[in-house]
Parts: sequence; structure tokens; C-alpha cells
Amino acid sequence: MQNILKVTDLTKKFGRLIAVNHLSFSIQKGRVYGLLGPNGSGKSTTLGMILNVVNKTAGQFQWFDGQLSTAQALKRIGAIIERPNFYPYMTARQNLQLVCKIKEISGDTITEKLQLVGLSDRQHDKFKTYSLGMKQRLAIASALLNNPEMLILDEPTNGLDPKGIHQIREIIKKIAAQGTTIILASHLLDEVEKVCDNVIILQKGRKIFEGSVKDMHLQNNWFEIKAGDMRRLQNLLNESPLVSQTENLGNIIKIYPAHNDVTGSDLNKYLSDRKCYVESLIKKQPRLEEEFLKITT
Amino acid sequence: MKSFLQLIEIEFFKIRHHKLSRFLFSAYFVLLSSIALIAAVKLKIGKLEIHLAEQGIFNFPYIWHFNTWIADFLTFFLVIIVVSMVTNEYNYRTLKQNLIDGLTKKEFVLSKFYFLVVLALLATIFVFVISLILGLIYSDFTSSGIIFKDLYFLPAFFLKLLGIFTLIMFLGFLFKKSAIALGFFFIWTIIEGIIYALLRWQLFDEKTASTLSRFFPYTAMKNLLPQPITRLSAAKNIGKQIGEKIGEFDGIPILSFLIVVIWIGIFVIISYKLLKKRDL
Repeated sequence: MQNILKVTDLTKKFGRLIAVNHLSFSIQKGRVYGLLGPNGSGKSTTLGMILNVVNKTAGQFQWFDGQLSTAQALKRIGAIIERPNFYPYMTARQNLQLVCKIKEISGDTITEKLQLVGLSDRQHDKFKTYSLGMKQRLAIASALLNNPEMLILDEPTNGLDPKGIHQIREIIKKIAAQGTTIILASHLLDEVEKVCDNVIILQKGRKIFEGSVKDMHLQNNWFEIKAGDMRRLQNLLNESPLVSQTENLGNIIKIYPAHNDVTGSDLNKYLSDRKCYVESLIKKQPRLEEEFLKITT
Repeated sequence: MKSFLQLIEIEFFKIRHHKLSRFLFSAYFVLLSSIALIAAVKLKIGKLEIHLAEQGIFNFPYIWHFNTWIADFLTFFLVIIVVSMVTNEYNYRTLKQNLIDGLTKKEFVLSKFYFLVVLALLATIFVFVISLILGLIYSDFTSSGIIFKDLYFLPAFFLKLLGIFTLIMFLGFLFKKSAIALGFFFIWTIIEGIIYALLRWQLFDEKTASTLSRFFPYTAMKNLLPQPITRLSAAKNIGKQIGEKIGEFDGIPILSFLIVVIWIGIFVIISYKLLKKRDL
């Protein structure tokens, strides 16, 4: 598998503050990565370094297995950073034309990308007249102009209203479906959960977790069961070898299975064999949010 | 590395759509053209009628000196364009975006500098054309030898513009805010005066002070275009006075050109170093 980006021991100090601390990871082609961490954990600084706008203190990073200089590599990727930055006095189309000149590509893709993000109607309006949601969508169009091999998105939904958030996520999904490699930096768990398959979690500049989103869901599934006779239900469950622990929450019983392979139907069969019929049985997974809080606190 | 033309194109695209810059640019050339209006000025003092154009100001080769000096008063219009083209990139955070899009910091500084070269060149060519036309109309002497004598005022004008532009560009990079950059520029000109005064009155004599001050950036640029007025009155009366030597002009020493060229180089290089060192 080709490494699009390889980061080794990357470190950034701002005076005495260590913003990024010996960070290493690699980005492989075709995957969607989440770079996750609370505000101030070093996400933007990390991206700033690989994008050539923040000087690294130590360590290395390599684009495309070291075949390209950073500036050359940047012409083959697309990136948007915290805020959409364009010339306010130019129209959307003019701004994109300028980006094409910088990336040394023809302007043929402008119309198509404006369409993709739904800005065709407003393309001749000045950037300063745009709402934040439109600005962010223009930023995505701009990042896509060169049909990039990789897209870097730093907090793309920050500050947007629910509609704007939804629009951006739909666009990201569309792009991911085309096989574009993506790094999505975010402090929002469900954003990463919805879009990414791999995740890197940062805390105070250090990497504290790296793996697939599935791995993050860990073992701690639980079930919530309801039956007519709650007391009998709980007694039966307590006796079962399938169950490690029960907890009566009043109108439902929460149980933690003995091992991860216990399924809902196992429990259902066990109970029905004992003439206890459940009203509802729900398998629950901890949300990434909760896992995240567990890991970072 | 992008070519000269690519970098100019990028910078020109940014400026072209900027209303204020477009206005200042147009205003500069309109006002510059209005030098020609001086020709129309006729002052009436009692019975005496003075026609400015007849006073010898449009005489070759003196016109090269006079017009470049007059044109220099309008440099401020272009200075505003220059400072805003640097500080806007910080205000709009487009500098960061340009770099992320794949422009290198070196290319970024060069695109600005190349544009300044073109801007100074355009102004110089314009002054050349206007002066040539006015001179051909009003000059008492139009033999080609006299017309093209003292043409060195044009490269001097060009270098002075480029010197001021690169200094302002550097201040723009340094302070990131137009008002502070311009304010500092004016303070700088005063500081050079103060240093000169200190050198002259406290440390050395006038000659040493003058020699040293020639190396100050602003003084060096100013020295490229000395005022032509005293030369005018003398030039007019050539042959009528005993002290006709006053009207003679020694020309601009090569050293003055050289000092400004070096300062331009220094300002471009430290602009780049500054940008390279900074985190955005």
C-alpha cells in the first residue's frame, strides 16, 4: 500500500509549550482518517506543519514516499484550514481561477466543482457577500479543483448551522465514496464516527490512540431488556452464564454480557427457554463520544 | 519554481480585481498626465504675464530632471497599492491559503517583488513618454543630442520608486498592518534626519555626516532625485550671470545608484527571511 504521507517524530514547540510531541503516523491511499482531539490538542499545528505554514521544531514528514517536495505535493492535494480564506473583493469564480494559477492547472474543473458544492448560482457574487456555510463550501470546491489524491479538512463544520453541517457532511461522504484519501481533523466525535474508518486521537500533542473506528468501539457492549416480571427477569439473568453483571434501572434492566460474542438472540433463547418472554431487547454500543471522553480524561 | 511570468500573472490577478488599487493606479496616471497642464498655466501679476511653459522647465535636457522630480510627488498613490497588497494577504489570511495551495514562500515574495518592478517600470515609461511629448512641443532645443542628454534621470526615478516600494513591502511584511507600516515609514524618514543631525552636530563635521548619511536607505533614495528648482532659475539665466556655475549639475554619482540597488536587495531578502521564519 502506498503511503501518501508519513510523519515521523514530528515535534513543535511554541516557547515552552510543546504543541506537538513526537508524533508519528502514516496515511495510506484510499482511506478516510479522523484526526481527533479536544481543542488545543495539536491537530491544527500538525496539519500546519505538513502543509508548510508552520515550521516544525523537530522530526520529519514525507509526502508520496519522498518523491515530491512539500510544495509540489501540495499541488496534488487539497486542504482547507479552520477558516475559509479567500479574497473578499473577488467573486467565487475569480477566487477559484486564482487557485488554479497557483496550482498550475487549467480552470476546466471550476464549473464542475462549483456545481458539486451547490454554488453555481452564486459564483459571480463577491466572496464577502457569502454566508459562512457558503464560504466553507467554496473552500471545499477550491480544495477539489485539482482532483486531489488527498483531501485535508480541518474542522470543516465548525461554526455552521445544522443545515450547513449536513451539507458539508454529505459532500465529504460523496468525495470519500470516490476513493479520495481524506484526513478529517475534528473535535466532534460523531463527525469522525460518521465519516472515517481510521482514527488517530491526540491529546496534548501526543498520540494516544491509533486504529480503526471499529476498534474504538471496544468490547463494552451492553443490552437493555424489559419484561413483564422484572424481578424474575433479573434473577434469571443473574444466574445465566452469558451475563457478567446486571443493573436494574427501574423500568429496564441493563446487562453486561460475559463476553463480546454474546448476541441478542442468545439472550432471547435463554430467557424464552425459561418461559420468560421479553418485551424489548436492545443491543447498545457505547458512542464514540463516551469512549473518547474515557480515553482523553 | 514558477516562472517570472506566472508569478506576475498571479499578482496581477490579485490586484486587478482590487478596487482601491485600481482607483489609485488610475489616479496616479491621470495626475501624472496633468503635468502637461502646467504648460497651460499663465500667471498674471499686474501687467506681467508669466507663461510657465516658456520659463524653460520643459527645455531638454532639464525636463528629465524636472518631470521625474514632479512625478515623484505622486509616488504616494503607488505606495498605498504596495502596502495594501502585502498587508491584505495577512488581513484576509490568504497568504496562508496561497502557501497551502502550493505557492512557496520564496515564490510569494518574488511575485510581490516582480510586480513592484513592473509597476516602477510602467511609471518610468509613462514619465518618459509624457516628458518626450512635452519637450518636443515646448523645448527651445530639440536636437537629438540634447534630447537624450541627462536621460539618467529616468533610471534614477525607476530605482527610487523601486527602492521605496521594496522598503514599504518589507514594512508591510514586518508589521502586517498598513497604517503601522506607513506610519513607521514616515518615522523612519525622520529618524534618518535625526541621525544625520547627531552625526553632524555631535560627532563629526558636515562633510563626514553627509558622506555617512548617503548610505541610509531613505536618504540614498532621496539623493537619486535632488530638487531641480535652484538649477532652473540658474539655468534660465545662464550666460547672464557671473556665477553661471551654479546652474551646472554634476549628475548623479554611480555610488548613489549602487547603494539603492543594495538596499533593494536587502529588503527583498529580509522580507523572505522574515516570512520563512514565521509561523502562520
